[in-house]
Amino acid sequence: MSALIEGLFNGISIGSVLLIAALGLAIVFGLMGVINLAHGELMMLGAYTTFVVQNVFKPLGEPWFELYILFSLPVAFIVSALFGLALERGVIRFLYGRPLETLLATWGVSLILRQFVRSVNWLLVISIAVFCLCFFGGMAILKRLSHWERIRNWAITILLFISSAISIALGFLIDRVGTLALTKPWFSARNVDVTAPTWLRGGWKILGFQMPYARLFIIALTIICLLGVYWFLNRSTWGLRIRAVTQNRSMSACLGIPTAKVDALTFALGSGLAGVAGCAVSLLGSVGPNTGQNYIVDTFMVVVVGGVGNLFGTVVAGLSIGIINYLIGSGTLALIFTSTESLKPLVDFFLFFATSSMAKVMVFAIIITFLQVKPAGLFPQKGRTAEL
Amino acid sequence: MSSELNTGVYKQKQRRQKRLIEAGIIIAIAFILAVILPAVLPAFRLRLFGRFLALAIVALGIDLIWGYTGLLSLGHGIFFALGGYAIAMHLKLQIPEGQLPEFFTLYGVDKLPWFWQPFYSFPFTLIALVVIPGVVAGLLGYLVFRNRIKGVYFSILTQAALLVFFNFFNGQQKLINGTNGLKTDTEKIFDLLVSSSAVQRTFYILTVICLILIYLLCRWLTSGRFGRLLIAIRDDETRVRFSGYDTTGFKVLVFAISGAIAGIAGALYTVQTGIITPTIMQVAFSIEMVIWVAVGGRGTLIGAIIGTLLVRLAQTFLSERFPQVWLFFQGALFLTVVTVLPNGIVGWFRDYAWIKARSLFGLKQQLITYPQIEEDPEIQRERDQLTRK
Repeated sequence: MSALIEGLFNGISIGSVLLIAALGLAIVFGLMGVINLAHGELMMLGAYTTFVVQNVFKPLGEPWFELYILFSLPVAFIVSALFGLALERGVIRFLYGRPLETLLATWGVSLILRQFVRSVNWLLVISIAVFCLCFFGGMAILKRLSHWERIRNWAITILLFISSAISIALGFLIDRVGTLALTKPWFSARNVDVTAPTWLRGGWKILGFQMPYARLFIIALTIICLLGVYWFLNRSTWGLRIRAVTQNRSMSACLGIPTAKVDALTFALGSGLAGVAGCAVSLLGSVGPNTGQNYIVDTFMVVVVGGVGNLFGTVVAGLSIGIINYLIGSGTLALIFTSTESLKPLVDFFLFFATSSMAKVMVFAIIITFLQVKPAGLFPQKGRTAEL
Repeated sequence: MSSELNTGVYKQKQRRQKRLIEAGIIIAIAFILAVILPAVLPAFRLRLFGRFLALAIVALGIDLIWGYTGLLSLGHGIFFALGGYAIAMHLKLQIPEGQLPEFFTLYGVDKLPWFWQPFYSFPFTLIALVVIPGVVAGLLGYLVFRNRIKGVYFSILTQAALLVFFNFFNGQQKLINGTNGLKTDTEKIFDLLVSSSAVQRTFYILTVICLILIYLLCRWLTSGRFGRLLIAIRDDETRVRFSGYDTTGFKVLVFAISGAIAGIAGALYTVQTGIITPTIMQVAFSIEMVIWVAVGGRGTLIGAIIGTLLVRLAQTFLSERFPQVWLFFQGALFLTVVTVLPNGIVGWFRDYAWIKARSLFGLKQQLITYPQIEEDPEIQRERDQLTRK
């Protein structure tokens, strides 16, 4: 009995990590039909933000350092949300209605982010700042010209070329004369560790097994995020608009809802949630450039099983995938059947899948079987807008 | 009446001429690849180039399903790896009767797993490296397409399948040597060492031949009625279905063909790399395959080949000199191809550069209307008749 409860708890805690990671993805996918392959990297960004906040709080001493995790949550949310906003405005808004292309573009962004975290140093930051200054400054000046529309394409090409040349030249110059402090990578390719504050270490002993506080914290955080998102979507004006656009984009636009703003806002919200998820994930283990990759496929499975545009579906899908994954992966299922001798082949079968990587094989098989019955997920959209 | 016959003959003549030109170009390229390059390049570079050509074969398969049918598969690594493992297993079994490949003893396995048995035979292996990936692709496709799951859902499911296969191959030390993979370089084929230069050169020539044959196969598939159906499925699947076609069948078929092509490519790639490991099924590698096609121009078979070669050459060049820059460059490549060059290099050349170049030399602009109304002899004739009245 206690083994089953322990399994359930561990499953829920895995599921809540999946859920908090998939929450932002589900909202974005539901509204815009956009698959954001950079979602995992936004999580990574949140995790690294937590690391930075921790290092800022370290010199402040005892009472403050204990609370850094509470400060890092909103900071991670804001950093990821701002990056998501830039991503939406800069790339994704040009690709609406072409979901497969969006998928590839976001993969490109995720590659860039991964390498960026590895090799970011002051030199790179200065170069990027100079590039932005030259490019956007030049654009702002040229835009005042009366024949801007006519020279637009040429101007952008030339500006792009000139400003990248300037920034690269400056980079080389600094590299030659600059000190080590400028060229030393901030994080390097190695994983960094976020130390949980003392009140999150250890665990709560109950019924003969231990519930780690960090896991409980993540479960609580997931519940708070869910309630917050639920409140935002169902009780606020912008939430109403988001739901309207999810249901019928063109009709909403006709009724005067600024759909472009809704898109940008939703994407920023989804990215921000990814940042919070990254903050949560950083409590579970060390954080590296490839942290996001470990979650991305699983979270997509949650979205696929849960169905589009329904938070409740995402919750059920996340938790059940987490629980099934744990029950198979830890061998609990095999353990249940060992008592009966006649079920020996079944035990062998489950033992074969009783590692965390083989459990994924089994879960995928279950998902494919499930999709044969309900191809559009647990709670499919109904009505005329639903695709044929 | 006679003029009608004339137009038919004229059209046929034109078509035959075009075919001849194309065949000439293909023979010339084949000659360069198979005869001149081996003479010019050092053995190491030739081996590398042979690998690129093997990857170009996968790109053809991806172009078939993505460029023509509009299905973005992010899981072609599966089929690629299956082909590779098939040939590697055969090579591993080139040992005296009754002995086991050496890695089995490390894990205390004393009996050959049942699925290794048939790979003793060379003909079976040759069939298996085409059929197994094809069947797996067909099965996966059937399970997905049957429920009319399409678009990004399909892409995600293929990606998940890829991860699942990766986990499976990675975790099974006792069956297929897990993470370490199967090394083919030290094995023998027809009593010759696989890594010896004569064998490698043969593999290179074989790759060139396969590439051309598969190109011709794809060309044949996409030019006829079948190809037009694929394009119709890409552009408006619902309408094709309402016209009475079974789109599921076509999609499963083309996905299976594409998987089989990837299997062939995987086998050729493996013997020229010298090893196959589960890393070939990483998520990143399969997405990279897609970008080769996108760079070259999807929906154009030649674009897939050009794109693969260009990107792989750039990758070799950049990661040899500036290892840090490559990922940035690759990311930027994804972004620019998608936003600025949606039709790839070949598409840009066809839609823009070719027309610009013609107008530079003062040639008449080609009409882009389809079918080319002004040039069509039948319409000219009708117009003549009308004006004569």
